[in-house]
Amino acid sequence: MPAAVLLVFVLACAVLGYRVIAAVPPLLHTPLMSGMNALSGITLLVALSALSHEEPGSLLALAAVVLATGNVVGGFWVTERMLRMFHQRGKQEAEE
Amino acid sequence: MMAWIPDFLLPALLTLGFLLGLRWMRSPRTAVRGNRLGALCMALAVTQAFWRYGVFALPGAWTALGLGAALGWLLAHRVKSIRMPQLVALLNGFGGAASALVIAARIPARDPGAAGLAWLTAVAALTVGSLTFSGSLIAALKLQGYLASRPLRFAGQNQLLLSLGALGLILLLVATVTQQTGALLAIIALALIYGLLMALRVGGADMPVVISFLNSLSGIAAALSGIALGSPLAAGVGTLVGVAGMILTRLMCRAMNRNLAAVLSGFAMPESETEDEAGDEAGAVTGESAPADASQIPDLLQDARRVLIVPGYGMALAQAQQAVKDLMDALEAAGKEVKVAVHPVAGRMPGHMHVLLAEVGVGVEKLYDMAKINHEFAETDVVVAVGACDVMNPAATTAKGTPISGMPILRVAEARAVIVCNLDEKPGYSGVANTLYQEPHVITCWGDAAQTVPEITRRFTQRV
Repeated sequence: MPAAVLLVFVLACAVLGYRVIAAVPPLLHTPLMSGMNALSGITLLVALSALSHEEPGSLLALAAVVLATGNVVGGFWVTERMLRMFHQRGKQEAEE
Repeated sequence: MMAWIPDFLLPALLTLGFLLGLRWMRSPRTAVRGNRLGALCMALAVTQAFWRYGVFALPGAWTALGLGAALGWLLAHRVKSIRMPQLVALLNGFGGAASALVIAARIPARDPGAAGLAWLTAVAALTVGSLTFSGSLIAALKLQGYLASRPLRFAGQNQLLLSLGALGLILLLVATVTQQTGALLAIIALALIYGLLMALRVGGADMPVVISFLNSLSGIAAALSGIALGSPLAAGVGTLVGVAGMILTRLMCRAMNRNLAAVLSGFAMPESETEDEAGDEAGAVTGESAPADASQIPDLLQDARRVLIVPGYGMALAQAQQAVKDLMDALEAAGKEVKVAVHPVAGRMPGHMHVLLAEVGVGVEKLYDMAKINHEFAETDVVVAVGACDVMNPAATTAKGTPISGMPILRVAEARAVIVCNLDEKPGYSGVANTLYQEPHVITCWGDAAQTVPEITRRFTQRV
């Protein structure tokens, strides 16, 4: 992607992201943060691209893959666990 | 092969998917779906990257992926809600480290003639990532209790941090222009030290601000590494994380009436003079009015129609969440209206108190945020505060020049009666004595809330 297009894309993400995320209620702020941990694991893509180059730094790239995958799996899983906690309670109360 | 599909269309579509997932985080009903959509988009993105970069055949890639997945699963699988802040802090650190490592892996082979923007963002990603890593590690260790949670301070700290920051900016430019390995190593070292010092000087109740800020930085580092190494998706999604962290940082700062710089520099923490002043004042009030007697509690609760619970981090420290839930159940069984009033910085991270209470089965519809509940205190018969101090200290509005002056508080004092179940009458994190304790309609039950709260429940149920 050319630099100018990339810049516009990033700015669009910032504006849309702000609008969407500012509407998340305080109740869900902890799951939001752990979900963001998962999303910051997006570096995994960059790490995989680095792995495709045969070069001396590939050990570092492997370490990056480990940590970024840890973020993705850990982040999504802990968020899922927390949200189920909220959701199941909500359902039970409604049924009672 | 049409290059525009992987280059433009796919990143745009996946980003929209992530955004829709975040939109579903608006309500607990749809949030599970939102999180799963996010995970699906991430899985698609990673699969696409495997295919695109041709790393399917690399056993190393699969091993690393498996190791990382096991690590993440182990960390997340059994964590208790009280430990959530340290988990998030640790994962912030992982994110920062991954971004820095990716850049470090690619730099030896960098084309020296590469565009200035790519180099600048690469060096910036390296810096922000390293800083996030060391800062988050310290924050996690403090939260876990392996390091003392009180802020570390020494003479000349501000000057040192300022000079390090300035030096860092110069090094950033030098490293970008010269592209020398030495300059790059120097800036990594500097960023690591800076993160260390920054996190060490921050104390317990400031953690919500610091964790949010490091969350944001981990996203910014990911975005920068994406820009530097040509991954639009990483740039876009990293930006989302950066924005979310910034929104939360601002909310937390507002809830404490402090700015980010003040929190990070340890400024506006209790000075000895303000503490003495508050102490004197408190001492003077004690003589005038005799606080209400604990023996009235069962009567008070029995006569009450509306009860508000005010939880603080002390409740989590005492592991009294279940005791609070039991008290709520007993009150509700007796026909009382029970709600929980939650201050935004009541825990150690944004939304922490909600998770702690949801874990023991308190329904989310009973949890009310400060802005929604504050006007109801005046119509409340009894407030039961458990392990909360600063967030309901009237001194925040009445006294000037204290660390909490101007901080929005839960207006607990307006209720007809208040029962405080705190460990002792010592001030909270801010060091400002709580003037609430001296009010005639406040009953204090000092001691471990895991014992005092069940005792209240027992005496109340006996009466009913």
